[in-house]
Amino acid sequence: MKTILNGIIKENPVFVLLLGLCPALAVTTTIENAFMMGFCVLVVLFFSNLIVSIIKKLVPENVKIPVYILIIGTFVTIVELLLKKFIPGLYNSLSIYLPLIVVNCIVLGRALSVASKERVSRSLLDAIGVGLGYTLSLIVIASFREILGGGTITLIDGLSSLTGFKLILTLPISNLFPFSVLLTPAGAFLTLGLILGVINYVRRDKHESN
Amino acid sequence: MNLISLFIASFLTENIVLAKFLGVCPFIGTSNKEKNAFMMGLAVTGVVTISSLLTYCLYYYVLLPTNTGYLKTIVFILVIASMVQIVEIIIRNKFKKIHESLGIYLPLITTNCAVLGTVLLNINNNFTLLETLVFSFGSGAGFTLVIYIFSTIRARLETSNVPKSFRGTPIALITAAIMALIFGRYVGG
Repeated sequence: MKTILNGIIKENPVFVLLLGLCPALAVTTTIENAFMMGFCVLVVLFFSNLIVSIIKKLVPENVKIPVYILIIGTFVTIVELLLKKFIPGLYNSLSIYLPLIVVNCIVLGRALSVASKERVSRSLLDAIGVGLGYTLSLIVIASFREILGGGTITLIDGLSSLTGFKLILTLPISNLFPFSVLLTPAGAFLTLGLILGVINYVRRDKHESN
Repeated sequence: MNLISLFIASFLTENIVLAKFLGVCPFIGTSNKEKNAFMMGLAVTGVVTISSLLTYCLYYYVLLPTNTGYLKTIVFILVIASMVQIVEIIIRNKFKKIHESLGIYLPLITTNCAVLGTVLLNINNNFTLLETLVFSFGSGAGFTLVIYIFSTIRARLETSNVPKSFRGTPIALITAAIMALIFGRYVGG
């Protein structure tokens, strides 16, 4: 439990470690995209941590990184093929950011810093924690961008090929928030910048009161 | 598509950092010093252009004929990783001076999503070989331009009076937001 919470709060990949920013900025135009991207990272992280921590004693030190990248690449390809088959809508909207999970610093970072040293159970818990932390932070960014920028909440759109129905809420007050700039690339940088600033402010307050 | 407009698009309007968010990590992380930023940009441009040529040939002459297109992610990352290794060995042996200033950045390029991203975009957009080369070079040049401009702005930011909580990364991201707005405006002139 403590390992999981650590990944969500203390070592939050996006807001604290500043890792995996590319997809965090790119796919957060709808909440559904953010959620699914986070979920894919969680799955890849889980299985790559599992394999890496099982074979950690077999891999010589100097070929560690190529071997780990191959393992991660394999799972990314599996996830890619599954999405393409079952949820083609999402496969298209995540486009190149899905294969880019291979070079996502979070996955390789966790493989190197945790899975290659710790026990299997510990690595799996860490993967779940960090994966959940990543998913949550993507959802936070996407909520700001989609609700304030577009006035909608997209929960099921591309996923409708699985569920059979769509679920897109339109806020009645959407005319009050004409911040469509938030949906543009500039808005992504702005949202993340402001969120990080606020987090720093809160953390600094805590430090000073201690 | 016209080659010139393709170059302009990849260089300015659809800049890989500001419009496609590829290579944001080194953009935020390493671009404090002008010279380093410029060198990093050059290295990325070189690697991305050569590896786009290699991956193009591999994809259309090896992977597609053997019906293994789904392996592209794995094959491409291997190509990029070995490219980076080869470039590093060549530079280390032939150009000692450049290696001193560039050396630490080279290994980082493997995990720079700008490279893998551009290479994948080439395939996704069904570019011809010539378009692939123009697009990759334009993307690399665009990366260099933006990372260089950004490093000069950051040098100024360090001496300016920014609210304490926003120092460092937050203000850097907000600066990037303003830059993205400006670069996006080139669309349609």
